[in-house]
Amino acid sequence: METPTVETAKKLGLLPEEFDKINEILGRTPNFTELSIYSVMWSEHCSYKNSIVWLKKLPKESPRMLAKAGEENAGLVDIGDGLACCFKIESHNHPSAIEPYQGAATGVGGINRDIFTMGARPIAQLNSLRFGNLQLDKTRWLMRGVVKGIGDYGNAFGVPTVGGELHFDDCYNNNPLVNAFSAGIVEVGKVAKAISKGVGNPVFIVGSATGKDGIHGATFASEDISEKSTAKLPAVQVGDPFQEKLLLEATLEIINSGAVVGIQDMGAAGIICSTSEMSAKGEHGMEVWLDKVPTRQPNMKPFEILLSESQERMLIVVEKGKEEVIRKIFDKWDLNCEQIGVVTDTQRLHFYQNGELVADVPAETLVLGGGAPVYHREYKEPSYYAAYKKFDITTIKDCKKDLYFPDWDKVREVAKFLLAHPNICSRRWVYEQYDSMVGTANTSTNQPSDAAVVNVRGTDKHIVISVDCNSRYVKADPEIGTQIAVSEAARNVVCSGGEPVAITNNLNFGNPYNTEVYWQFVHAILGMKKACEAFGTPVTGGNVSFYNQSTPKNTPTSVEQAVNPTPTIGMLGLLEGIDKKMTLDFKAAGDMIYMIGVHRNDINCSEYLYSYHGVKQSPVPSFDLDEEVKLQRVLLEAIQTGLITSAHDVSDGGLFTTLAESAMPRKMGFDIHFDEGTILKHFRIDALLFGESQSRVVVSVKPEKSQQFSDFLRTHNQLFDYLGTVTADGNFVINGNIITSASEISGVYEESLGKVMG
Amino acid sequence: MKFGVIVFPGSNCDDDMVYALQGLGQEAIKLWHKDTSLQNCDCVVLPGGFSYGDYLRTGAIARFSPIMETVSQFAAQGGYVIGVCNGFQILAEAGLVPGVLLRNTNQKYVCKNIYLKPYQTNTLLTQGLQTDKAYKIPIAHGEGRYYAKPEVIKELKKNGQILFSYCNAEGQITEEANPNGSMENIAGVCNATKNVFGMMPHPERAANSLLGNTDGKFILQSIFQMANA
Repeated sequence: METPTVETAKKLGLLPEEFDKINEILGRTPNFTELSIYSVMWSEHCSYKNSIVWLKKLPKESPRMLAKAGEENAGLVDIGDGLACCFKIESHNHPSAIEPYQGAATGVGGINRDIFTMGARPIAQLNSLRFGNLQLDKTRWLMRGVVKGIGDYGNAFGVPTVGGELHFDDCYNNNPLVNAFSAGIVEVGKVAKAISKGVGNPVFIVGSATGKDGIHGATFASEDISEKSTAKLPAVQVGDPFQEKLLLEATLEIINSGAVVGIQDMGAAGIICSTSEMSAKGEHGMEVWLDKVPTRQPNMKPFEILLSESQERMLIVVEKGKEEVIRKIFDKWDLNCEQIGVVTDTQRLHFYQNGELVADVPAETLVLGGGAPVYHREYKEPSYYAAYKKFDITTIKDCKKDLYFPDWDKVREVAKFLLAHPNICSRRWVYEQYDSMVGTANTSTNQPSDAAVVNVRGTDKHIVISVDCNSRYVKADPEIGTQIAVSEAARNVVCSGGEPVAITNNLNFGNPYNTEVYWQFVHAILGMKKACEAFGTPVTGGNVSFYNQSTPKNTPTSVEQAVNPTPTIGMLGLLEGIDKKMTLDFKAAGDMIYMIGVHRNDINCSEYLYSYHGVKQSPVPSFDLDEEVKLQRVLLEAIQTGLITSAHDVSDGGLFTTLAESAMPRKMGFDIHFDEGTILKHFRIDALLFGESQSRVVVSVKPEKSQQFSDFLRTHNQLFDYLGTVTADGNFVINGNIITSASEISGVYEESLGKVMG
Repeated sequence: MKFGVIVFPGSNCDDDMVYALQGLGQEAIKLWHKDTSLQNCDCVVLPGGFSYGDYLRTGAIARFSPIMETVSQFAAQGGYVIGVCNGFQILAEAGLVPGVLLRNTNQKYVCKNIYLKPYQTNTLLTQGLQTDKAYKIPIAHGEGRYYAKPEVIKELKKNGQILFSYCNAEGQITEEANPNGSMENIAGVCNATKNVFGMMPHPERAANSLLGNTDGKFILQSIFQMANA
């Protein structure tokens, strides 16, 4: 093979200065295999070279943290009594954009391997999905494929999908976002590490055979989507959930056997990633015989074997002399288990093919925190930011007949529009395709709450989990929008009775070389930092996904081609004792309905403004971090004291949507009243009902507890408003006007998505 | 009563079944598909999941697992065998219960609560139930459409081999209440000698108050109540 040049390097996605740096490291020109190795390991996907400077600013400390961000495959949080929760979120956006079924399926597979490679058994999965305009055939094709891919993989794997989010916006037309979250439980002290050490210890590859799928997948994920992207179809991996299920059981058995020194799953960048990261961490070297790797086809080239992202594989360093323990377990599960190398003291990786040395690289130079490049990117405020702030609410006609009288017909029209809107209506079409009940620990299927509450078997502990991000808010103001994303995730946990503990994040952005995109990224990080510090929820890790934008040939990238900045937050909370769980549904007629928080004359960024009025440019909704933190503290205490019987936060669609969602599960109604002389005089009716100003929660309270409840809130200086009562007739009544009823609107709400999707 | 829950490669409701049975005070152990001994179990359970990844056809490969020969002999001698979901599919493939399970009519996997009611109460599984009550039990499958030739269905009715029918919350057997297109809303059947049972719904997923639904307890309890009687 010819000696590679800087042109070869550029074709592999490396910059000329990176090619120079590789020459310098090796003291010679790399061969093609070596250059391929650097190209994937130094891709954004593996090296975080364009993000790490900022990621380091995020808070990582908390007394509960057992493994900090970046230390292991996933974050590890102490949940007491000798148990830990291991959780992480990861994207599979690029593969899903061109092959939605396999792209999404392997996303689920990958995130679960990150969890069980640490010795934790996954107990719950969530996903955060974003698609383009639902009226487009392409969007429906992508969505059908993604949902089926997640379902087929997760259902067979046998871990319940307990929640998630789904959002549609034109900005995702060519760039869907598929973020998969998984959480598992492990005994403290039995956590497996992604490390290689001990000279002479054998190195095994286990699980599926290695094929030509997913080669250069990490590089593919590190560039914009273009009309050429479908040519990269071979960069998409193919999933096999059956193998993954066997690998899960076998992996947990070998970790329990005590024969394992270190273990890491093979995800992005395959064998080269696992061998280099484990070796660099253990400060050892490795000799690897590529001809020993079980392959799916003959004559695979060394770089193909090294870079293949074939799924359902693990790299394991075994204590010398215990090879048989490992072999026996994998034989039981009918899985491949081959020794492919040995640990050395060289700190270099030596790859051989049939006795010939095909690559020789220092492990540490490949990895994040080692020799991988780190860049400070430029950024500047995009021009749209100021333009969004110019929005004037008085240009929008309120739902009023004249200055004083609400136009109830208009309210009816908007209410029905919103409850049928794809961004607000029931996600039934999606979630019924996911097994939400396997494991018999998900308490939220039959008793819904804002976050999923999943029992840790054999204990009275529950993990309370939610994934959230309103990317429209983040686009309007990355810093505040991201604070809201963290807050909403925490609020969902609190509304379910849980105490927020830690987050994982999935940072989905456009091209980082675009200064305006990078500005969004920087300010999102700053907002996340501030919010996580305020809630005491450190960032345990996550995933950065840049290049979520579609750039036509020969045009410079622009922030407007990028997806909305979407820093998805996966929040982990804890709940001790199921009796302290809070659900979102109104329980009984006569219960009193309150809104904790305050009304505001704010329709900024609301679905109502964006979709009903078609006004796409407005600032972020009203938000104050201190106010939010306080509200959540007071609410959690109220729940724990047993003062309230339901809690549901006000988010997309505003107060009316929240009330409807609390009423529909039991077909209850509500009868609320806004005082004409005060509330209706000071606030717009559309802002009251459909505005999305933050830090509000609707609760219902038994009449006999109402005095105690209001005293409690007053003592804590928490503002609230009494709205009305829960009724048995199912009518949704505002100031004496029936807007709709649970039976009328349930059909619309439940079936809207199914009608479009079929 | 001693239950043995078989673990096939790809089973994923084995733990849940063991947990539910133990929660009801029963002895329950796992049996490995490569073994051939039933370890003196009184009742063998084939749990839900995706044995062999559902490859080829649901249940088609698992029926050839070494333990299935012993299970067939055990059944032939009158031993109790129960298959839930994928377990039902395996029993149908093995010919231990009549009929087959086809892909749901809407071509989609579906996980939700459904209602079912017992067709009669003269079997192990339905002995403790009421025929006028709708039991809320979850389903979770892509291939749950029960099919058998009309003459077989006739035979099943005559012999009282239909265990459960899908119904609505009020107990009416309607087309809307049929979640997968099963013939005559059939959710479960047994063999002619009424010792091998197959059902698509998951009673073990509705046997713990933590989950807010305990209707499945009645079905599981029915098994050992009758056996102990």
